[in-house]
Amino acid sequence: MSGDETPAPMPDIANAKPGFIRRRWNWFRKLPVVRTALAPATTLSLGFLTLGGFFAGVIFWGGFNTALEATNQPSFCISCHEMRSNVYEELQGTIHQSNRSGVRAGCPDCHVPHEWTSKIGRKMQASMEVWGHIFGRISTRELFLTHRREMAEREWRRMEANNSLECRNCHSPEGMDLSRQNPRAAAAHERYLFTGEMSCIQCHRGIAHHLPDMTGVPGWQQR
Amino acid sequence: MRKRLLPAAVVLAPLALAGALMAQDAPRLRGPEPFTEEQDAPPMARPITNDVRVRRNYPDQPPIIPHSIDGYALDLNANKCMSCHARRFTEQSQAPMISVTHYQDREGNTLGGLAARRYVCTTCHVTQTEARPLVPNRFRDMDELTEPERQPGGRNNR
Repeated sequence: MSGDETPAPMPDIANAKPGFIRRRWNWFRKLPVVRTALAPATTLSLGFLTLGGFFAGVIFWGGFNTALEATNQPSFCISCHEMRSNVYEELQGTIHQSNRSGVRAGCPDCHVPHEWTSKIGRKMQASMEVWGHIFGRISTRELFLTHRREMAEREWRRMEANNSLECRNCHSPEGMDLSRQNPRAAAAHERYLFTGEMSCIQCHRGIAHHLPDMTGVPGWQQR
Repeated sequence: MRKRLLPAAVVLAPLALAGALMAQDAPRLRGPEPFTEEQDAPPMARPITNDVRVRRNYPDQPPIIPHSIDGYALDLNANKCMSCHARRFTEQSQAPMISVTHYQDREGNTLGGLAARRYVCTTCHVTQTEARPLVPNRFRDMDELTEPERQPGGRNNR
């Protein structure tokens, strides 16, 4: 270990040429639009800005929410022929579409989470479905049937992961009166649902739509 | 002209008469109203869902289904019945297993799974409803014929 080595020259911070990011940032800060936006208001009053901001917020948030609700209607879903002539057609006559009490579950009731964060997440995923519609991934019945298994599996995965949350928006184990179920259903619910061993979707597959080829799906073996 | 009409009447009259008689005798599956008038359909009967096994009327009668099968998938892609009645699921479902004949092909060879010829359960097994029979059923149990004295009511019961 020798002490008389000359130390490495310190970088000259003050006179160094700024880095790439800093240069871009400086350029951005000097843009006229940005300078105006960052400068204090000179002619508009604080009251106008506050109230104006409030009302603009109401309009924007309201508009966003309205758009979100509009895209969360079955009528929106079936505005695409893929949905209308395949899955919506199959929904007709099932217990979730017509029943003695007239309560209906539309597409989003089961396919879009009701909780806000998950809902936005699902909505972002759904942009892929717009892509699929534009490029016709399931534009014919044959294409739809080809992809049915993978689409069904995606829904099963989602519901198994969130403990059949969408079912539970309406159906709750606490609300079930086992004495009004037939003994077979009551026994199954008592043994698998109440113990948390299984969630709804693991038994109740294909209750609203037709099923894909179920070869290899757990619970559907023919042995 | 009359000479021609008479043989025709002789031939046609018994036919018309027979037709009328047979029409009276035919089982009126659609009720007493004439078939030319459109009738309201009777209300749909509900399936019996009490899960109680029903005695078979003869030993090789396919057992009836004592529960509702509304909305059960039974097509080329999926067979919902087997989700409970397949051998591997009977423990968890407590449902009766499909009989061994369902694992055999037509030559009697035992297969690893459900034989294709037994796939469509509802060909033989059906649900029951409380609907009134359209025609009387005169079926009699074999025991009733061979051992009438052992039946409730004995011989006088016939």
